[in-house]
Amino acid sequence: MASLKDLRNRIASVKATQKITKAMQMVAAAKLRRAQEAAEAARPYSERMGAVLANITQAIGGGGDAPALMTGTGRDDVHLLIVCTAERGLCGGFNSQIARLARDHIRRLLADGKQVKIICVGKKGYDILRRDYASMILERVDLREVKTLGFVNADAIARKVIHLFNEGGFDICTLFYSQFKSVISQIPTAQQIIPAGAAGSTAPEATNGGNAVYEYEPEPGEILSDLIPRNIAVQIFRALLENAAGEMGAKMSAMDNATRNAGDMINKLSITYNRQRQAQITKELIEIISGAEAL
Amino acid sequence: MAEAFKFELVSPEKLLVSEQVESVVIPGAEGEMTVMAQHAPVMTTIKPGVVTIKTAGGKEERFVVFGGFADILPSGCTLLAESATHVNDIDRADLARRIQEAKEDAADAKDDESRSKAEQFLSQLTTLEGALLPA
Repeated sequence: MASLKDLRNRIASVKATQKITKAMQMVAAAKLRRAQEAAEAARPYSERMGAVLANITQAIGGGGDAPALMTGTGRDDVHLLIVCTAERGLCGGFNSQIARLARDHIRRLLADGKQVKIICVGKKGYDILRRDYASMILERVDLREVKTLGFVNADAIARKVIHLFNEGGFDICTLFYSQFKSVISQIPTAQQIIPAGAAGSTAPEATNGGNAVYEYEPEPGEILSDLIPRNIAVQIFRALLENAAGEMGAKMSAMDNATRNAGDMINKLSITYNRQRQAQITKELIEIISGAEAL
Repeated sequence: MAEAFKFELVSPEKLLVSEQVESVVIPGAEGEMTVMAQHAPVMTTIKPGVVTIKTAGGKEERFVVFGGFADILPSGCTLLAESATHVNDIDRADLARRIQEAKEDAADAKDDESRSKAEQFLSQLTTLEGALLPA
């Protein structure tokens, strides 16, 4: 049985932990709000981009001059996986969920005899995937130093991916990230970005201008070849933002749980502590009384 | 007074402008163009330059954009900019950095096509810098 002093120390340390988790929860809540705002601010751009893309593909009508980024290489032998996770842990199952989805996908691809390459964005996914697939990881993008996610970060990744594609490094590119549904639910998602198939893009049907006859300056094909790389960057950017919001949401609920657990633990420990203190007092009283009786 | 139309300036980070305007000057890839209400539908890429907006209230605002495109319809105009900042907030160091990068790109270009592209971009940037300096 632990002594009273041990119990006291234990309670103090759990209390300190509770304070930390509580603080982390509050920090996550504040960051979540900011991340959500950022994700919302970025939405108009990706929506409009989708609409413009839909318009222009309609104009070209899937003609032969569509760039390879859109139509693909015609093969599906080499797959590139971009796995976006958080830089930090302590956010429940957030990172492992994304990594698990990616791992299942990799296993399936390998079983089909495909070649797999991986780019890890974020430290945690890298740590998990490194165990099994270290040889397939091409690169690890570190965003730890980045204070606020900018389009520049996404653009840098997109540029690397497109460069690799142009060199014939892969045929199909899939993006893994976590979709932010709500604070308590983030859905790990796989999205194909190259070739930009109809299934992968969130492009809504051509809006208001659907039946307008556009004049293109320069040629539609040229605009499209400019637009598609940008669209890839936008998709990656959106994934990163959703991830950031999801991470904070997951962290918030994980820390909330931790705070509550610490509270339960303190209650239990205090009961044990009080009981033991009472037992000791009783014991001392008995000693005094029986001592007095013996006289 | 000229008819007003809806103009939106969007960068990946946020929606910068969304209001009724009288006219917008866009640095199109094939020359500057002024968009007013009831413009024929045009889709154009834009080069680095200054977008000048004349709002329905008669105010004039200027934004610096680095590439992107414009989707122009009779009912409105949407400008998707790769990055956009208000002229007052422009960061000269950032511009200088972009120019430096463009220079490196031009120097590293492997074939003629990409070199001419990089050089074109560089000249657009330097023109932009020149246009901003007296401002």
